[in-house]
Amino acid sequence: MQPHIQIRNLNVFYNRDQQALKNVNLEIPHNQITVIMGPSGCGKTTLLKSMNRFLELTDGSQISGQVLIDGEDIYATGMDVTEIRKKAGLLAQHPYPLPMSIFDNVAFGLRIHQMKKGRHLEYAVQHYLEAAGLWTEVKDRLHQPATRLSIGQQQRLCLARGLAVEPEILLADEATSALDPISAQHIEERLVDLKKEYTVVLVTHILRQAKRLADYVIFMYLGEVVECGPAIQVFDHPQQERTRAYLEGRF
Amino acid sequence: MKNRWAGRHVAETIFKGLMLFSFGLVAGSLALILWTVISKGLPSLSWSMLTQAPQGGYYLGKAGGVLNATLGSLYMAGGGTLLALFLGLPIALYLETYLGRSVWSRYVRLALDVLWGIPSIVYGAIGFIIMLAIGMRASMLGGIIALTLLELPILTRAIDEVIRMMPRDLEQAALALGATPLEVATRVITRQMLPGIITGVLLAFGRGIGDAASVLFTAGYTDRMPSSLLRPVASLPLAVYFQLSMPYPEVQNRAYAAALILTFIVLVVSLSSRWLGGKLGKFIIK
Repeated sequence: MQPHIQIRNLNVFYNRDQQALKNVNLEIPHNQITVIMGPSGCGKTTLLKSMNRFLELTDGSQISGQVLIDGEDIYATGMDVTEIRKKAGLLAQHPYPLPMSIFDNVAFGLRIHQMKKGRHLEYAVQHYLEAAGLWTEVKDRLHQPATRLSIGQQQRLCLARGLAVEPEILLADEATSALDPISAQHIEERLVDLKKEYTVVLVTHILRQAKRLADYVIFMYLGEVVECGPAIQVFDHPQQERTRAYLEGRF
Repeated sequence: MKNRWAGRHVAETIFKGLMLFSFGLVAGSLALILWTVISKGLPSLSWSMLTQAPQGGYYLGKAGGVLNATLGSLYMAGGGTLLALFLGLPIALYLETYLGRSVWSRYVRLALDVLWGIPSIVYGAIGFIIMLAIGMRASMLGGIIALTLLELPILTRAIDEVIRMMPRDLEQAALALGATPLEVATRVITRQMLPGIITGVLLAFGRGIGDAASVLFTAGYTDRMPSSLLRPVASLPLAVYFQLSMPYPEVQNRAYAAALILTFIVLVVSLSSRWLGGKLGKFIIK
């Protein structure tokens, strides 16, 4: 089986002289939680955002190399960027609900991609709110503003909203770091649940979270991939001195 | 120990009293204004006041009304607000998108704030000088332009603040779902900014319709109904002023009736803006 995401010779610069990623080569497997870890400023988020073409939203960013999803280079000319972002959903560090009701937040993607209408739309919204573990808390106030939810609930709403456009990949950028411990646990449980159907890529700087969730690990340092492999291998038998140092907390 | 506590409580009481006094003063002034306008104006507010222009001898207490001024004010404030919106929206967008955090954006904002504070009679006088220079007579168009200038800084700064409060991450949240930039603009950004823009528009409209000095020279005054952009036109603030300066009590009371009409329009505008702002605003992301 070919890996879900392949990255080949990826180099990313900000403002010409600042190299954020140095010749990254990677393969990310299907239906697993892949954790990208490393100290802050090592390029974790840059790597994540290369997978849904979010880097081009940053002024002065330059990208070379290939990112292949299902064997297709998402940076090839003629690729529809909206389709790529639909396929690779993003759960941001801080939840940002859209300025509309809870229902409309989840329905937003379904509506713009014209996926569901009327009754089917209502069922779909319920389904994805359930998948995000939020349905029972909001079922009686679907038409209230999304901003009335707590931060933890908002993050699960963002998850439901992201799932609703039927992605194959879920990119999570330190998705629990703004949340309280219980909400963070909620999100973690969801991610574990969701890997049956989705390929999850999670960026974290919390080592314990990486150990809890990871099936596959990528360790980055100063823009380079130092080591990657199955979680057991990387955590128990790191090959690189720098990985060992990071795991022992010597950074 | 006990004394220090007492001192703090004394200060607390004094400042609380001061705040209450200020609040009472403002609320009392509002009540006084409303009471004066209603008690003096309401008895004179006849059906013909609302539906007729001044007839012969109106300013001596004979038949007629201030429909010419009501319509003139609505046209001029409406036109001025619309023009100010068409000019102010691009300025505010330019400020945010191109000038960003540069020195120039600070200068432009400072300039707008200074313009906001300039007395309206100055706008009127400048408008009048320009009109003299190009050989234009006092007209509705002149009044609209003067009100546009008066409202522009208010509207631009209001929209500018709304755009500045717009979280960039909101745009990214929608893009991450595969929205096109157009969908982001029409379905997300508009929803986020509309309540603030509406508030700004109605604020500017309220300032424009209530202003007498800027339209005094530029729009002139007439007893005829507004008919053309190039003819002089009446306005409610000036209708109040002219009638109040007549020596006849009936005419003076009609000034209060005209003031009541003006107050009512402003009240409707600000209440509807609050209602609309509340209805649309409860969804926005802070």
